Amino acid sequence: MSLSAHLPVLQVVLPLVSAPIAVLFRHGGFAAGIVTGGAWAAFATAIGLWLHVAEFGTISYHMGNWAPPWGIEYRVDRLTSFVLLLVSGTAAVVLPWSRASIDREIPEELHYLYYAMFGLCLAGLLGITVTGDAFNIFVFLEISSLATYVLIAMGRNRRALAAAYRYLIMGSIGATFIVIGIGFLYLMTGTLNLADMAVRLRAVENSRPVLVALAFLTVGISLKLALFPLHQWLPNAYTYAPSAVTAFLAATATKVSVYVLIRFYYSVFGESLVFEQLPLPQFMLALSLLAMFAASFIAIFQDNLKRLFAYSSVGQIGYITLGLSFGSLTGLTGSIVHLLNHGVAKAAIFLLIGGLVLGMTKPGTVTAEPSFDRLAGLSKRMPYTSFGIVIAGLSLIGVPGTAGFISKWHLILAALEQDQFWLVAAIVVSSLLAVAYVWRFVEVAYFTPPPEDSTSVQEAPLSLLVPAWLLVTATIWFGFDTTFSVGSASDAAQQLLKAAQ
Amino acid sequence: MAHFMYIATVFLMVAGLYIVMARGNLIKKLIGLSILQTSVYLLYIAPGKLLGGTAPILAPQYTVYSNPLPHVLILTAIVVGVATLALGLAITVRIREAYGTIEEDEIIAIEIELLKKADKLS
Repeated sequence: MSLSAHLPVLQVVLPLVSAPIAVLFRHGGFAAGIVTGGAWAAFATAIGLWLHVAEFGTISYHMGNWAPPWGIEYRVDRLTSFVLLLVSGTAAVVLPWSRASIDREIPEELHYLYYAMFGLCLAGLLGITVTGDAFNIFVFLEISSLATYVLIAMGRNRRALAAAYRYLIMGSIGATFIVIGIGFLYLMTGTLNLADMAVRLRAVENSRPVLVALAFLTVGISLKLALFPLHQWLPNAYTYAPSAVTAFLAATATKVSVYVLIRFYYSVFGESLVFEQLPLPQFMLALSLLAMFAASFIAIFQDNLKRLFAYSSVGQIGYITLGLSFGSLTGLTGSIVHLLNHGVAKAAIFLLIGGLVLGMTKPGTVTAEPSFDRLAGLSKRMPYTSFGIVIAGLSLIGVPGTAGFISKWHLILAALEQDQFWLVAAIVVSSLLAVAYVWRFVEVAYFTPPPEDSTSVQEAPLSLLVPAWLLVTATIWFGFDTTFSVGSASDAAQQLLKAAQ
Repeated sequence: MAHFMYIATVFLMVAGLYIVMARGNLIKKLIGLSILQTSVYLLYIAPGKLLGGTAPILAPQYTVYSNPLPHVLILTAIVVGVATLALGLAITVRIREAYGTIEEDEIIAIEIELLKKADKLS
């Protein structure tokens, strides 16, 4: 068997192996090299898988050559390969960036542990995406979650500890709900393989345990993806985690949870149960609208820039679930595209804020908080950083020419398809709230004179600017050339809908 | 009595969830979380056991076998539960070092106090 036949398993194994090696050698620089290498290898693997799936169709990899449904199956279809690219691509950019950033934010002797945890978190997220086995999803979910709690707790501020604890409690409740849901499905079908489960579920579709399983899975996954009333863990976790961790999580963790939700809805329960027999779409629509308005509204009044964009993340997740609630091809395409577009823009913003925090901090002191009163006149001192945040902010608003416009355009099309004009208005009005919070940054950074003692503030070094601007360029690129983003997303959506019927 | 296992499972599940939500002490919250996770072990293992069933080893004198797969799955889940508990306790120790307390409301009070002081200064 050639190496290329093993790409699905290498996708997970490469970053997974890099973590224990990093721990064994106990050396920060070496750990950085090996984990970054693992992430780049994973990114290369993801590109290979994407090309392969686009040409030859779905890959089914039998772990240890045990045929499914007895053995564990790794299954890569269009949607999987798309999410794999997003996750491994973000890691490949954030890891080189984090080198200069964690020097200031994490004590030197803990660097190797930071990289080990990062590798585990990446392996977990990739594993959730690639596996076709329900219990495997739970195991990988816990691998990535446990690593995430540690990464958040590494923040300098002691509030990072409280945030990590809170996330641990809520994340574990979410994971337990997910495993309860999987347990009920296993009871009813006797199988853990997702594809096999979908076939066997048809016989028992309306029985109460299956509905209970659907409920548990929906609530558990919604906790993980921070759907509006279940988002309480997110703002503090994003605010107090080290900058690199925030950027990586904002672009990947919640997105992978959305992927799991889509996977269960379309590939296991099937469209008719979820979208036609239950009032689930209406519920999801209501919660999405709440997220879009309430979270964006709260974001406007935040004093800390990181916290502001954390709330904005909750609001943007609302757009993703809004697309799901339509239950149509266009809506699903919009959701999947927004996974990428929002992930790239948010990662860019948090990387730039990370550079900004470093620039404001005097060497040897505790890292400064990016609160608005310290950002006055920032555009003079840090022109590239400020401009980058503005461009990525425009993408959050959905201005034409940026990636955010493309996804909102598809959401509006989906609303028009169903003649729901009020929803179009809702999408546009909620974007105005995004204008308000991005404008707060513009006003302070560009139109307020800098304080006199700000001479110590310097532009972030190139090693921080280059990866961040790579992502900023990507948000503009995806705003003009949509062959990759929309093309893959609509292929993925078509494949999902076809399988769900 | 046929549903006894399920009643026990649901009782543990709800009790655990209640403790997590109602208690402010960080250690007690973790105890509640462990009870919640334990209920899942029962949920998986109980249906796998058949009365009179033996281990699934083919032999002419046995015809009824229990399903071994749930045990294996739950072995994994137990490991995950232990890891979560250990990490939770480790973070609690660090919180105790940083704040001097493990009561949630006291931690919030400390944070609010600090915010008020910062407001007065500025």
